[in-house]
Formats: sequence, structure tokens, C-alpha cells
Amino acid sequence: MLARRIIPCLDVRDGRVVKGVRFKNHEDVGDIVGLATRYSAEGADELVFYDISASPEARTVEPEWVGRVARAIDIPFCVAGGIRSLDDARARLFAGADKISVNTPALENPDLVDALAREFGSQCVVVGIDSRVVEGDWYCHKNTGDPTKMSTEARRTLDWVREVIERGAGEIVLNCMDQDGVREGYDVDQLSAVRALCSVPLIASGGAGAREHFRDVFQHADVDGGLAASVFHKQVLEIGELKRWLADQGVEMRT
Amino acid sequence: MTTAIIDTSTANIASVRYALERLDAPHFLAKTPQEASAADRLILPGVGAAGAAMDALKSNGWAQALRTETRPLLGVCLGMQLLFEWSDESDCALLGLIPGRVTRLDPKRDGPWPHMGWNTLTQFATDEPLLKGLREGERVYFVHGFYVEPGGNTVAQTQYGMPITAMARNGTVAGCQFHPERSGAVGARILKNFVEPQA
Repeated sequence: MLARRIIPCLDVRDGRVVKGVRFKNHEDVGDIVGLATRYSAEGADELVFYDISASPEARTVEPEWVGRVARAIDIPFCVAGGIRSLDDARARLFAGADKISVNTPALENPDLVDALAREFGSQCVVVGIDSRVVEGDWYCHKNTGDPTKMSTEARRTLDWVREVIERGAGEIVLNCMDQDGVREGYDVDQLSAVRALCSVPLIASGGAGAREHFRDVFQHADVDGGLAASVFHKQVLEIGELKRWLADQGVEMRT
Repeated sequence: MTTAIIDTSTANIASVRYALERLDAPHFLAKTPQEASAADRLILPGVGAAGAAMDALKSNGWAQALRTETRPLLGVCLGMQLLFEWSDESDCALLGLIPGRVTRLDPKRDGPWPHMGWNTLTQFATDEPLLKGLREGERVYFVHGFYVEPGGNTVAQTQYGMPITAMARNGTVAGCQFHPERSGAVGARILKNFVEPQA
């Protein structure tokens, strides 16, 4: 049986891994290759690197560190942040990234999703969605890496999920912003609503703080992976122990 | 022992190179069969669609050369699918080195399409050299939407809606549907078994 995935997310700013609370007040948590190697050795199933300074400053991630990561680890990883063109994506994939993830640029230019899927195949095209409740419904947000530039989109989250899958997205990462960095549990309601209409792999993001949160999101929202950052960076949970516990709870795991 | 990685400008070439680097296995990229003449063995990587990959193999002479190749050959992911006879994905003929057809995967109730993530290797052929040192039930990383139904050349399987050929062999030609270069210690062992075969 296919295992559910545990995915540490490394937010990258200026070549260092950082972590903020509710997307603000970033603190330095370590070196990219050092953390990637540690998580890989502890049993992470996949890693996501998200350059949070990329979209707001209209620049792209540096493929230089993508190659360093690809050399060091032997598990899959995804690179996100400011990928606005086929050339941006190609540079990262050929440097050794297994997938690329688009968020704000896809909202601004939805045809980018189609173009990426046609050129590289849906299997390496991830669409990241930052979502939270605005007046009773879930809406997408743009430029969430910079509080001064962050904005709410007119698009409803559920509509956008349907659209990007039709356009060729091979995986969805749903980041529930109200939960981000506060470690009080994933947004199971929102993730369940997205799961119901998401035919491709769905990754939960935002809110992991305890091992029970992972169990609940796998068992109640049926997501394919749980992404988390601070709970691993701050060593609240050790990945190997978490996975063994989840396996004991009946969640299919690679242990 | 030197391995040539067949360079069709597919996106997972860097990952395969780095995996061989981590094993300290000598290797180089070969765009044409002539460039690979010094190699003892060949790896055919690949991601994306079958039609475009076959076009690339034809344009640089590889399609023809591989049909008479006698050195050990390992296809990875799409590179494994290309070893079979026909692809329903692109409605095109493949290399035809292993009997079988590539068809669309139906995960049924096992999860979303495509098949993406860590799944178990089972039903090992007892004498398969690439599986030396591995146990049934160990997991490797799969990313694919098309598959080959298990047949006489299947040497390991996985299950996702239906039984899937995870590894196949026909003489010196072998393939992995999963990505050994991204499958942790299990994948590294498979690659090591390929580049350092025991006497």
C-alpha cells in the first residue's frame, strides 16, 4: 500500500532556512543542506523548499542551492517560490529538483500551469495555495511571504483547486493560513472540503504541532501527505519517532 | 566499471548523476552511442511523456543502438517504460527490448492518479541480482500515471489499484518503474547492485 508522506518544509530567505509565525517575524533556523540532510536521515519522505522572498521581490530562487541539495539527499524534493516561466522551472528541475511548485504566479497567470504540465509532465507540477476564511468562505491569498504585499484574491479556494487540476496540476499543497506556525492542528474541515474535489495528491500544510495532528489529518481529511516546518525545526517532534507512532496508530508509513 | 548515463536532456539526469556520485561510482553523460563506447554499462533515465522521449532517442541514434546493445542496461521510471513494446500514453512504438505494453494506471480505491509516493516492493524473483540485499516490503519512491501489467519479465511488483511491474528484466536489460536515485538507502542499494555486480 502507498504510504502517507511526512514532508518537512524549509522556508528559505537569502539562502538560509527561516520560520515565521503566521507568515511574519521570520527567525533563522539553520543551513539549507544541513537541515535537508538531517531530515532525510531522520526519515522524511520528501522535502519542500519555499523561497518566501521570491514572489514579493519579483526574483526567482537560485538554482545554485538546488544543486547542492540534490547532491546531498536521496529523497525527492520540491522547489517553490517565484517560478514564473518555463525557463525558471527548467533551471530548477535540471539542477535536480523533482518537482516545482507555483503559487502567486499561477494566480496571476493561470496558463502557466498548463504550460508547465505540457512541458515537464503533471507529475512534477505542484500548485501551492495559501487559503483562509474571508467572510464565511475560503479564499486564495497572494504574496504571502511579505506582509506588506500580501493580498486576498477574488478566487474562492475550491474553485481554484478545480481549475488548476483541469489545467494539469499533479499535486496540490493547501496551506491553511489561519493555522500556519501556531501548531494547534491542521484545518481538517477545509482540507476535507478540498479532498472531496481533489483528484490528484493533496498535501496538508499549516498547523502541525503534535503527533495527533498528523493522525487526525490523515484519518479525517484523507490527505496524502502532511507538511510541517516549525514542529520539526524546533525539534518538538522527531520525524522517525512520529512515523513509528503513526504506523502504530494504523496510518500507512514508510518506517 | 564505468557507467554511461544516456543524455536525452530529461529532467532527472542530475538526480541520477548525484546518486552515482554518492556511491563513488565512475560515470559520465553520453548524448550519442559513440560517446558511450568506453562505458561498461548504461542507464536510461527519463521523466515526462513517452513520445517525446522516443523522438529524442531516435534523433541521436540511441533507439537503433539499444536494440543491439549487449552491455547491462538499466531504465529508470520513463526509461524503464521505454524498454517495452508499445505505449498507450503517446500511441507509439517503444524500444521493444522487453515484451509488454505500457497502459494507463487505474488506482481504483487505493488513492489519487498519478501514483506518487513510497510504495512496497513485493514478489521478488529469487535470482534477480539488482534485488540482492533487499527484503520484500521495503519501500521505494514512485511517480507515474502509466504502468506495465506484471508478466513473465517482472522481477518485483507493487500494488496500487492493481498489480504493477516495479522491476523487469530480459537478459542484460532491466528497468525500475520507481526512482532508485530518490529512494533512500533501498534505491542506493539497487543502484550499487547495478554498478558493482558481484562476481
